Amino acid sequence: MKFGVIVFPGSNCDYDAYMAVKTVMQREVEFLWHQDTSLHDCDCVILPGGFSYGDYLRTGAIARFSPIMQRVVRFAKEGGLVIGICNGFQILLEAGLLPGAMLKNTSLRFICRFVHIRAENLDTPFSNRCKKGQALKIPIAHSDGNYFIPEDGLKKLKDNGQIVFRYCDAEGELTSQANPNGSLENIAGVCNESKNVLGMMPHPERASESILGSHDGTYVFGSIIDFFEKSKKMVG
Amino acid sequence: MNNENRRRTATVYVKLKDGVLDPQGVTIKSALENMGYDGIKDVRSGKTFQISFSPNGKKKPEELIDEICRKLLTNPVIENYRFEISQ
Repeated sequence: MKFGVIVFPGSNCDYDAYMAVKTVMQREVEFLWHQDTSLHDCDCVILPGGFSYGDYLRTGAIARFSPIMQRVVRFAKEGGLVIGICNGFQILLEAGLLPGAMLKNTSLRFICRFVHIRAENLDTPFSNRCKKGQALKIPIAHSDGNYFIPEDGLKKLKDNGQIVFRYCDAEGELTSQANPNGSLENIAGVCNESKNVLGMMPHPERASESILGSHDGTYVFGSIIDFFEKSKKMVG
Repeated sequence: MNNENRRRTATVYVKLKDGVLDPQGVTIKSALENMGYDGIKDVRSGKTFQISFSPNGKKKPEELIDEICRKLLTNPVIENYRFEISQ
């Protein structure tokens, strides 16, 4: 299985994502330049965190028009696996690949610290290794992570099981204190209707080894690998 | 140059939709209250853009600016916009 990490001007978690896939998950990975129009046969595309195009206008608003994003949109519509982390999530929202939008954190502060999240739907390519109610310790680092979606959109997310991660406390309980940024219903990550595109604000790549304070991010990358390799076996 | 192609200036006003939380507006409101201004009921923040352009004849100026607003300047999930074009 081969991963691709997109590099936008202003991406700053691209190397973290690259290293997590290559040295921790031991899978093939290459960087994809934002001006490129080919995904170089990657099976999963990672849109990393950072401040693409300086966050000008709105977070992710300019990056969605970069040449590689036209290709990513096609890849996603064909069923390809795409994961957007933090700024990558914001780009996927702006590109219309995921529903909703980001508002400023209610505290108006940039928040950089470990939080806990739990998988709400275990039957996705991004969460199948997680256990019910298990709290994953993964850091966030953002100012615009306050997820918003109008009421009818929220209902659709719930009906289709598209809420993949919610902020919780260390015991896995959903509380308002555990919500770091004001996100609607503690939402930390959502997927599209067909479940092949995920966006999440927490950074699994920054929690990929115990020496970093947590290795819980490997549940996310491991789920992707398990999903892909199982589905390949079934086809092959 | 005929009148149609004269340079124009569009002013675009963008604001968060009613009902969408505006943390900046809330903070500004509480600052105003701390400064002693009473009677402040609500503050909503927003953005303004000024775009100078020469119509190219392919699209009406209003259509062109409306398209730019929809495609780039605003996120329709959370924001509303209006604009004026001066001759």
